Amino acid sequence: MSTLVQVNQVSKIYYRGTIEIPVLQNLSLDVPEGEFMALMGPSGSGKTTLLNLISGIDRPTSGSIVIAGTDIAKLNETQLAKWRSQNIGFIFQFYNLIPVLTAYENVELPLELTNLSKKEKKQRVEGVLNIVGLSDRMDHYPKQLSGGQQQRVAIARAVVTDPTLIIGDEPTGDLDRKSAEEILNLMDRLNREFKKTIVMVTHDPHAAEKAHVTRHLEKGELMVNGDGK
Amino acid sequence: MKVIKLISKNVFRHKLRSILTIFGIAVAVMAFGLLRTVVTAWNAGVDASSSSRLISRHAVSFIFPLPFSYRDQIQKVPGVTGVSFANWFGGKYKEDKPENFFARFAVDAETFMELYPEYLIPSDQLDRFKKEPNSCIIGKKIADQHNLKIGDIMTFTGDIYPGTWDFTIAGIYTGKDKYIDETQLFFPWSYLDERVKSIPGYGSGLVGWYIMQIDNPKSASEVSQVIDGMYLNSTAKTKTETEKAFQQSFVSLSGAILVSLQLISYVIIGIILLVLGNTMIMSARERIREYAVLKTLGFTGTTIAILIIGESLTISIAGGVLGLLLTFPLANGFGNAFPTIFPVFQVLPSTIFMMVGFSLLVGLAASIFPSWKSSRISIVEGLRQIG
Repeated sequence: MSTLVQVNQVSKIYYRGTIEIPVLQNLSLDVPEGEFMALMGPSGSGKTTLLNLISGIDRPTSGSIVIAGTDIAKLNETQLAKWRSQNIGFIFQFYNLIPVLTAYENVELPLELTNLSKKEKKQRVEGVLNIVGLSDRMDHYPKQLSGGQQQRVAIARAVVTDPTLIIGDEPTGDLDRKSAEEILNLMDRLNREFKKTIVMVTHDPHAAEKAHVTRHLEKGELMVNGDGK
Repeated sequence: MKVIKLISKNVFRHKLRSILTIFGIAVAVMAFGLLRTVVTAWNAGVDASSSSRLISRHAVSFIFPLPFSYRDQIQKVPGVTGVSFANWFGGKYKEDKPENFFARFAVDAETFMELYPEYLIPSDQLDRFKKEPNSCIIGKKIADQHNLKIGDIMTFTGDIYPGTWDFTIAGIYTGKDKYIDETQLFFPWSYLDERVKSIPGYGSGLVGWYIMQIDNPKSASEVSQVIDGMYLNSTAKTKTETEKAFQQSFVSLSGAILVSLQLISYVIIGIILLVLGNTMIMSARERIREYAVLKTLGFTGTTIAILIIGESLTISIAGGVLGLLLTFPLANGFGNAFPTIFPVFQVLPSTIFMMVGFSLLVGLAASIFPSWKSSRISIVEGLRQIG
């Protein structure tokens, strides 16, 4: 498998006033194409920061992040926004659906940034909602859906643009055991059936078991002996 | 487009807040429109003045009369193509109540209406007015208000000119457009002059002011100087000015009130700007996390700004349109309630333009800060926001 994500010597320092808070230190990580990787670690270990850097919603203080041949640290804000719309599907812990839009409209939202025709958009939206098993909930608003259903809509929204990489920030963190299992199975299916590369942050060892490989972070550094399966 | 749909859905996310804000803007725009209309109604006489008419009055005050003999002399001044004259009559009609008050003038029956083509009257009615000494012409609004028709007799109790005065209505005039005062009464000056001869202490052959038609408005200043120069050494010196300046001198007596009204109308717009600004800041703050999500999906800060500006404009335009629609019936009612105080109470196109303009301006101004701030929010910071 070729390498899809190359994180090279990346450091991230946050500043609170004049105080420097180093979060990641010279971290390097490769994610092969088609991988399903879980990032684990205690709170404050830098796993969400690493995820934010890989997904292009934050910038490293130093180092480079090359994804599918593009060094995203060198892109300006507009280029980065366009790159995200084409390459990243993001699944949040708290779903983050737009409450005034229906499930269909939420999933359709990222397609507004594409040149697809109305008919193509419809096909795509209905297709992904079918994959996540919500064909009968298209016209429901988020508040009319359960947590698990909302997260499935969020997954549909993440994959509707057929992104290169799917990023999950504790996607099962706000769900009960049954719903979490459904979401993990869905992500597993996306990885196996649709060959999607997934990087997921989780605190849950059971969720991590679904991934092919688990990497541990501690104090901003990757542990050498990650328990790759 | 989804952005437009999102704007329309965002507007009514907090229905009560949005509806109250829209009503607030509507009331403010309506108040602004009404106050502006009061100001323009007050200035209606000035605005309706002709630039080709001059007024000569006594140099000391228009309450002092001028000799009738001036008429023929003024007629000969180069540039003057017509001369008429008028006299304030006053008097009381029916009970002495404000709603029964309207302007009453003794005018030169032969020439007055020729100099005021904006007053429209059928020729047979005008002929009767010229022939019958104690006839009168009244405006349509007065006729409607007091349910009067041609042939009816109007009885006045004189105040400046004592006695009882009966006038037979010979004609009812209308304005050539809705901005012309239709609340006046004109009767022949010859009848007044004849009656005052029998009143001890009152001199005849006196008129209140002269009205001159000139051939070229640009020569108004020169003609005025010639007329005033003619009577410089007489006991009744004249002050000649354009009709607009003459009308303006009356309006300027209440200038401070009008300035205050204008100031209040702008303050109202300022207040509603703050109200809408506060609403938009609250809305934007509540949605910081959503804006961060949109940015994560690839939408730019410009899209976020468009969402906020669009929402603000939608609310302000909705309020503005509602306010505008409410202004017309209210102004109509106001005008009908005070027909003689505000003979012309019309919402002018310029007022409508200002109401619409201020609605847009308020919507735009109220969204500047929240849209600027929200469009610049970092995704990571935004996603950390709770609520």
